[in-house]
Amino acid sequence: MALLEARNVHGGYGGMNILNGVSMAIEADEVGVIVGPNGAGKSTMLKAIFGLLAVNQGEILLRGEPITNLSPDRLVHRGMGFVPQEKNIFPSLTVEENLEMGAYIHPQRFRPMLERVYDFFPPLKDKRRQPAGELSGGQRQMVAMGRALMVEPSLLLLDEPTAGLSPLYMNEIFARVQEINAAGVGILMVEQHAKQALAIADKGFVLAAGQNRFTDTGDNLLNDPEVAKSFLGG
Amino acid sequence: MNELVFFINNVVVAGSVTGSIYAIGAVGVTLIFSIMRFAHFAHADMMTFGALMVLVLTTAFPEVGGAVGLPTAVVMLPLAMALTALLAVGIDKGFYKPLRAHGVKPIVMVIGSLGVALILQGLIRLFAGTRAQSLYIAERKEIFRLELPFESVTRPIIVTEPQVILFILTLAAVIGLHLFLNRTRTGKAMRAMSDNPDLARASGINTSRIVTITWIIAGGLAAVAGTLLSLDVAFKPDLSFFLLLPIFAAAIVGGVGHPYGAIAGGFVVGFAETLAVFNWAVLLRPLQQHFPDWLELPRNLAFVGTEYKIVVPFFILVAILVWRPTGIFKGKVI
Ligand SMILES: Nc1ncnc2c1ncn2[C@@H]1O[C@H](COP(=O)(O)OP(=O)(O)OP(=O)(O)O)[C@@H](O)[C@H]1O
Ligand SMILES: [Mg+2]
Repeated sequence: MALLEARNVHGGYGGMNILNGVSMAIEADEVGVIVGPNGAGKSTMLKAIFGLLAVNQGEILLRGEPITNLSPDRLVHRGMGFVPQEKNIFPSLTVEENLEMGAYIHPQRFRPMLERVYDFFPPLKDKRRQPAGELSGGQRQMVAMGRALMVEPSLLLLDEPTAGLSPLYMNEIFARVQEINAAGVGILMVEQHAKQALAIADKGFVLAAGQNRFTDTGDNLLNDPEVAKSFLGG
Repeated sequence: MNELVFFINNVVVAGSVTGSIYAIGAVGVTLIFSIMRFAHFAHADMMTFGALMVLVLTTAFPEVGGAVGLPTAVVMLPLAMALTALLAVGIDKGFYKPLRAHGVKPIVMVIGSLGVALILQGLIRLFAGTRAQSLYIAERKEIFRLELPFESVTRPIIVTEPQVILFILTLAAVIGLHLFLNRTRTGKAMRAMSDNPDLARASGINTSRIVTITWIIAGGLAAVAGTLLSLDVAFKPDLSFFLLLPIFAAAIVGGVGHPYGAIAGGFVVGFAETLAVFNWAVLLRPLQQHFPDWLELPRNLAFVGTEYKIVVPFFILVAILVWRPTGIFKGKVI
């Protein structure tokens, strides 16, 4: 059974529909990557899955159970973690307090999870008493991902985790994503760095104008000349 | 050296008293702002309500304090805090929550709170009448006179019992708040929500519970501040009129949404007020012999008359905001 399955999802902000029938599915041990031009509705799709946006047609299932339009805090309890594209940390809280807020719903798991997150992101351990707002962009991204990992999610939604990072940091983050996935967390990630992201993807979804344009394995999408021509810059 | 004692009594003691009261009030305003993003104009009336509860309870059981060796009003304070917290939560459920559920703009909340302020003021007058009433009903205000061990000093430093209680309670409130915000999970969640409400929700933090806790703390602190002021002077139904402006000035001066800023702002405004109405002629008089003959000291040399005290917070507000537009501590959006 698929970890996450979205069937023909329609939804948007206010009256205007942005998603016009998006479908995707990933298995529990997979990395799914959503790519597509700016404004395609990639972030909107993640928000729809995480209950931040009204879905007015279609269905979303987590391990076969319908979760369409459940509120974010219910989804957190069901094992979903979400890292938004922007404003994804608590700037005036220290790094450790940010992580503690991630574990808010089961405080007794805070200590053991904290050690695991520090293992994934060693730089955070040195900075743990520093306000997260004072960190570099890459370190903030680590705080954001760490915070979402603290709930021990079975599915992690990441919206452009490498936005604005140097190529070095980008590879670092992708390596961490693979490690987290290897530790048993399903990942659905939106990425601008399409080639690099599809290279680590089990499944790839190319969105345009709120619809699936291509859906295939990461490798197949990378090798598809049509995808390369229109979406991967040649 | 008696002049120095005069200064201590009229500026150091009086300024700390006023500053403490403003600080505790401003903390409530700033907490409410940081969680709900609106200026709560009914806050000063909640302070008055808290003092009224103490007055009512003290009138009903005037002898309780004697049994434990404290003013009855102070013994009644915890109960009054609980009642005021209850009122705050009730007001939120009845007035502000429905507005929030509609997703109204902050200005609508502000106007709503102005309406709540008028309702509270009316109710308080209805039950308490309009005259001033002392919170000391069955007992007398104790006054401590500290003689200084200098020959040239003949006058004592005067501190009253309610002022001592006020200093102790303010210290306790500040330390308690600090520990709550930095050491407890709920306190941290409150700061998290103030930083980024959407992310707080996405982390599974129950934000409506945080809102309720904010009202409980703000209401409880409002009762403390209102009671302390009434103990120091007397209970008056129009207390809020004299409190509203200074506590908002304090919150803004300190940096909106910043609890430590509100405390600092409270003392800045409190001391500014007392310094502004202080008669500087008293301090300068001993130096009169060094002045040229044509310069004669007037009898009263204060920056403003007592009746204009209320404008001082305005002035401080403008002066500090010119210097630091987001307040002493870096505040949130204005
Ligand atoms: N909060 C909002 N309210 C109304 N419309 C919005 C909102 N957020 C996004 N949109 C609109 O939805 C459409 C899709 O936006 P979305 O953020 O999903 O794009 P995206 O694919 O993530 O793009 P990018 O690569 O730039 O992040 C855009 O046309 C945008 O204008
Ligand atoms: Mg986006």
